Amino acid sequence: MTTATLPPNVHLSPKASADGDTQLFEVSMGPQHPSTHGVFRMDVALDGEQVVKLKPVFGYLHRNHEKIAEDESYIGSMPYTDRLDYFCSITNNWAYALAVEKLAGIVVPERAEYLRVITAELTRLQNHSSLIGFLMQDMGASGTPLMYAFREREKILDLFESLTGARMMCNYMRFGGCRVDLPAGWLDQAKAVVAAFPHFLDEFENLLASNEILMARTQGVGVLSKELAVNAGVTGPMLRASGVNYDLRKVDRYGIYDRFTFRVPLGDHGDVYDRYMIRLLEMRESVKILEQAMRDLPEGPIQDPKTKIRGFKPKPGEAYGRIESPKGELGFYLVSTGQPNPYRYRVRPPSLINLTVLEEICLGQNIADVVIILGSVDIVMGEVDR
Amino acid sequence: MTLETLQPEIEAGVPGCRLEIVPNPSPSAQHSLLIDAEHALPIAKFLRDAPHLRLDYLSNVTGIDWPAREVGEKVKVKKTVDGPDGKPVEQEVEEVQKTLIPGYLEAVYHLYSMELKHGPVILRMRTEDRDQGVHLPSLNSVWRSADFQEREIFDLFGIVFDGHPDLRRLLMWEGFEDYPMRRDYVEPDDYEYEPTAHDEVLRKTLQHHGETA
Amino acid sequence: MDEALKTELSRQGIVATTLQDLYNWGRRSSLWPLNFGLACCAIEMIATTMARYDMARFGAEVFRPSPRQADLMIVAGTITKKMAPQVVRLYNQMPEPKYVISMGACAISGGPFKQGYNVLKGIDRYIPVDIYIPGCPPRPEALIDGLMALQRKIDAQQLTGPTRPRHLNADEPSEFIVPSFGAHDLEPSQNPGVWQAPPLVNISPAAKG
Repeated sequence: MTTATLPPNVHLSPKASADGDTQLFEVSMGPQHPSTHGVFRMDVALDGEQVVKLKPVFGYLHRNHEKIAEDESYIGSMPYTDRLDYFCSITNNWAYALAVEKLAGIVVPERAEYLRVITAELTRLQNHSSLIGFLMQDMGASGTPLMYAFREREKILDLFESLTGARMMCNYMRFGGCRVDLPAGWLDQAKAVVAAFPHFLDEFENLLASNEILMARTQGVGVLSKELAVNAGVTGPMLRASGVNYDLRKVDRYGIYDRFTFRVPLGDHGDVYDRYMIRLLEMRESVKILEQAMRDLPEGPIQDPKTKIRGFKPKPGEAYGRIESPKGELGFYLVSTGQPNPYRYRVRPPSLINLTVLEEICLGQNIADVVIILGSVDIVMGEVDR
Repeated sequence: MTLETLQPEIEAGVPGCRLEIVPNPSPSAQHSLLIDAEHALPIAKFLRDAPHLRLDYLSNVTGIDWPAREVGEKVKVKKTVDGPDGKPVEQEVEEVQKTLIPGYLEAVYHLYSMELKHGPVILRMRTEDRDQGVHLPSLNSVWRSADFQEREIFDLFGIVFDGHPDLRRLLMWEGFEDYPMRRDYVEPDDYEYEPTAHDEVLRKTLQHHGETA
Repeated sequence: MDEALKTELSRQGIVATTLQDLYNWGRRSSLWPLNFGLACCAIEMIATTMARYDMARFGAEVFRPSPRQADLMIVAGTITKKMAPQVVRLYNQMPEPKYVISMGACAISGGPFKQGYNVLKGIDRYIPVDIYIPGCPPRPEALIDGLMALQRKIDAQQLTGPTRPRHLNADEPSEFIVPSFGAHDLEPSQNPGVWQAPPLVNISPAAKG
């Protein structure tokens, strides 16, 4: 039943293959486990400490988002998109708004595009810093680096709260713009937060670049090859760590990303260390984008005054809209038959599809490394199960 | 590269296949290509390996349920009706002609190219009906990203993908017997209570309480 | 005992209290939660334990990964029907005295996902809940407020008599039935010993139709 094969440097211990007397040790990790990033279960078969087989089991957070969306109006599903990838609610909103704008042909004004970029890059900053904090937690530094990461996250959440009214479930985008404009003094506060961020990144980079334990535990662990990554549909920082240059902000140039200068970091080895360094470097690029966007923010309306808000019924047709969320390519596929509710509403979850390769990259590793590899895939169960 | 130029290329590369362009009337203009289940695997391999296409990235696999539906079309027919002076006269009358489109399940594939940075190319595959003829070939051997997505469509819609190495339920538990995303799925009667019940919830609570307050 | 006498004695370094107060004070000041986050509310729960809204000051010093070592289960997030048997099993494995806080709208009644076919409409259908914290997600301050409400509830518990808590009463069950997966739904769909649907009081004549 398993499709994966053992890598060439892994041999089962002689006793098992000779007379078949020994058994593999089967462990079910999860769904309640301190390190599985949510309700996620893995059925792992071990030979001593090495992983021989790994089957992920999902569905423990399947909240029927797609079915509920068929009964809701288009705008009624916007708060539900917040709860998909609950760390990055604003980028989820943007992906959905983009898909509906493609479906109905709605144009977004300038100021709204800039606000979208600013809030999305802030979301990327807090997502990546929380993830690196969780990595430290998984490696055994119980909680202290996570506290530093969450300290930065709280500053960004304060910005979101004064802008949108909520810390996590922001519900900020609308079809054709944003919901609410910046309050007085927000831009100065945001500039202060962004100006202080590189200092925090320097702190974290010191940890990553000079801590021997971290480097020994992450370098060469969980290697993902380029060909497998592309074939398995892996996207986001995990793909770029394997050396494939595919960032939707540069490929699709959605929104106004073609106006900003930023680089796309690429990795050489595709191991856990690369995935974390990629995220650290992406945070630096996000800081650059934020500085440019906050400098160039124009005046104007945040939503086209002619957009139809009540009784929104797009013409029959379908559209697929995608953005580069912090986890990967987040896409929404909408099929409309002219009704106020979508006929089919589909979320393309980056976390689920990135997990396709989990078995391959964990084979032959120790059981302790499985936890770190899973952490580097960066999954959020709200998105995997929807 | 549009679907009009792509269609003859595929027909040349995979002889015998039947393709149909399904137009998309919305402003997104993302038209799709309906392919037949028999030639799906060779078409997929051609799209992935052809040097000017190199569609190596399967982004999204979606299942859609289209139950049997009646479409009415306004047609002008010649009918004999009574004229103003009582004599029968032939006139053109508008009538609504109803045709029954049988139901089917559909799988939609969104393809992009990471190497050449173009896309999307959208493929559609339809099953014969919604009861027994729900088999479609699995494209897992061409693109690994179809692995979990096809399992999810099997779980929620009931399309059986032949050739998938491990086709079992993904999101619902083993032993669950329905296909929840189908349009005719009936939810279990979970008693739902709300202090100010209305619409559907009110109907269910009245059912549970009889008609008493 | 007279309050003035108590104060006088405490000035001399003698503390006078009742066994009940001492017992309750010990229990409520060291509630160790189970490391159990399901969905979005779990992130707010983690934020509550972080440096800004430190929950360790209230005695929840360590989150125990094993249910055998925990005495508080904060159910944070949506409980799906696939997850429900594991939640009840974990609750059964916790030793008495144990408490449950239902954090967030989903754990109280299903929340925004109430229409879902896979969503359990509230964890109180299978296990007894002590404190409900509404919100989606509730702010960290709200979680701390709920924890303090639980502490007040524990403080008010009488150790003897008919109102004594569950763990001192041999007639009350401390383990509850674990639902199993049926063909269409969980079986049983709720535990009648724990949860009864509240009766409808007011139906407007217009709705009655």
